Amino acid sequence: MQPELTLGPNLFHWPAEDKRDFYFRIADESPVTNVYLGEVVCSKRTPFFDDIPIIDKVADRLARAGKRVVWSSLSEVVIRRERKLLEAWSRQEGRELEVNNTAALMALSGTPHRIGALMNVYNEATMDWLARRGATHFALLPELPRHVVAVLAETATRLDVGLEVQVFGRASLALSARCYHARAHGRTKDNCQFVCGEDADGMTLSTMEGRPFLAINGIQTLSHGYLDLMEDMADMAALGVTHFRVMPHSCDMVAVTCLYDAVLRGEIDAEEGGTELRALGIEAPFVNGFYRGRAGADWVPRQHAPA
Amino acid sequence: MTTPAPIKPELVCPAGTPAALRAAVDAGAENVYCGYQNATNARNFAGLNFTPDEMAQSIRYAHERGSKVLITLNTFPPAGKVDLWTDMADLSARLGADACIVADIAVADHIRRHHPQMRIHLSVQAAASSPEAIAWYVREFDVKRVVLPRIMTVSEIRGLVDEIPCEVETFIFGNHGLMVEGRCSLTAYVTGQSTNMDGACSPAACVAYEQQDDGSLATRLSGVMIDRFAAQETAGYPTICKGRYLAEARDGGYYAFEEPVSLNAATMLPELIRAGVHAFKIEGRQRSRAYVKKVVAAFREAVDTVMAGDEPKLADLVALTEGQKHTEGALKSKTWR
Repeated sequence: MQPELTLGPNLFHWPAEDKRDFYFRIADESPVTNVYLGEVVCSKRTPFFDDIPIIDKVADRLARAGKRVVWSSLSEVVIRRERKLLEAWSRQEGRELEVNNTAALMALSGTPHRIGALMNVYNEATMDWLARRGATHFALLPELPRHVVAVLAETATRLDVGLEVQVFGRASLALSARCYHARAHGRTKDNCQFVCGEDADGMTLSTMEGRPFLAINGIQTLSHGYLDLMEDMADMAALGVTHFRVMPHSCDMVAVTCLYDAVLRGEIDAEEGGTELRALGIEAPFVNGFYRGRAGADWVPRQHAPA
Repeated sequence: MTTPAPIKPELVCPAGTPAALRAAVDAGAENVYCGYQNATNARNFAGLNFTPDEMAQSIRYAHERGSKVLITLNTFPPAGKVDLWTDMADLSARLGADACIVADIAVADHIRRHHPQMRIHLSVQAAASSPEAIAWYVREFDVKRVVLPRIMTVSEIRGLVDEIPCEVETFIFGNHGLMVEGRCSLTAYVTGQSTNMDGACSPAACVAYEQQDDGSLATRLSGVMIDRFAAQETAGYPTICKGRYLAEARDGGYYAFEEPVSLNAATMLPELIRAGVHAFKIEGRQRSRAYVKKVVAAFREAVDTVMAGDEPKLADLVALTEGQKHTEGALKSKTWR
């Protein structure tokens, strides 16, 4: 089976029109087969995109372009507003849903759903347990090394469920109840004035010696480095990974998804794809350490050791 | 309608060693929590934790004095290694532990199926922070108690207690966790060791203190500068979420996540008891026996005083923070967010 390329949920607070135009362009020009929509980071942001007809228009346009649209849930559910949003989300009939918080499982157990990359699925027994209760597809955490992905891929194959690994974009490293974007600007979450909207790919945090280190996205902390597992896609596909996730950023995402697609289809090799990816002007290093069993911030060159 | 008399909360106290366990029991802890010497617990530090023999003896010691032992199996087994976690659960059942504190679905499921008599406490690492999430764990695994994430206000906790079908445990003292526990890969990003899979958070082996030419002291984790302290400042341990960083919106280094403070909810005790919290957790399995003894004794007295209808002596509890800055964390107000 030919593995598929997906576009993960947009983690950032872009203006609604920018998001609309972004997805219209994806619909028209990108080879991704699955697109995840919905606000996963901050419940305060939802009225700007999720609650207005724009998102339905976007979903229609994507569907007409032959893309499978999946609706991702919020990752943090504490206060009443978030609980209500999650409940309304879980009642969307006829839509494919991706769960990012266990609260959603209360409503969805027994009905088909996907498990998102902000849920903790670390092992085959947890995967098996969730699959028996309706999970049809699992997006893995970015921190999993190859030997863990390998066992999960074998399990997913046995269970006949989809398995998705993020291959491009900043990795989600942590969530908090506190908004670090607001904090940086001397505000709190309640009076944030949506300052996170100023940073299309997150706000860079540098170490005291000026080395860029992390990226803040509201309550979420992301890696400064962009994951690039282009060279590992063939290996992962052989292990049984069925879907490869590219995360939205402000760079030319049509170009990015075309490159990953070309490598996935074997039209160009990973080396050529990697060179072209690095020519797109992304101002952050690429990292692959998590998958290679090292520090996530590392770039570990492919070993040409004999098999 | 009259308010029912508040339940007397149990104190849940840390033990990194058998000596600390005995100190906690002797100081009046109803519950002591501790783990084995491997990745199955979230404080997998050299020199800490219990061998199976030590655990057996410690459980006996606690039971003879009416205290319960809760075993931390609160990390997430990576694929291919689940057996270590289930073996530790089986061992805990054989040793007569009173509960296992678990975070992973597979571990909870194993205990439910193989040790139906064993109480399951849902670890803070499971990050269950809504009635729906907690009710789901109760329904699926018969969880008896949930340890709440350190991100909720006391009024949110009060609302939750009424809505969920299990006991509630909250942190009241110790290290102030800032990220949603169980959802943090910062250490893995920097060191390659995972908090969730290896029980490591800023592991000591990756830490370096480095004198700078200008007299300041830099702290590093696997080479990454986490903070830099001027000569007159006290250097803190390089935990990523407690470091100082630079951002375009700020002049100079700032605590991007949180000031280096520890949690002390002493002033909130009466309110937390009125909110119906069943158990108060004290963090600090990495702390000394003497520290455990002092903190447990102070909170023992405070809880008993509040239950007797008197005001606790707050000064004694505040003094426990040893001159360090402290905070009520998220408990007091949502402006914390």
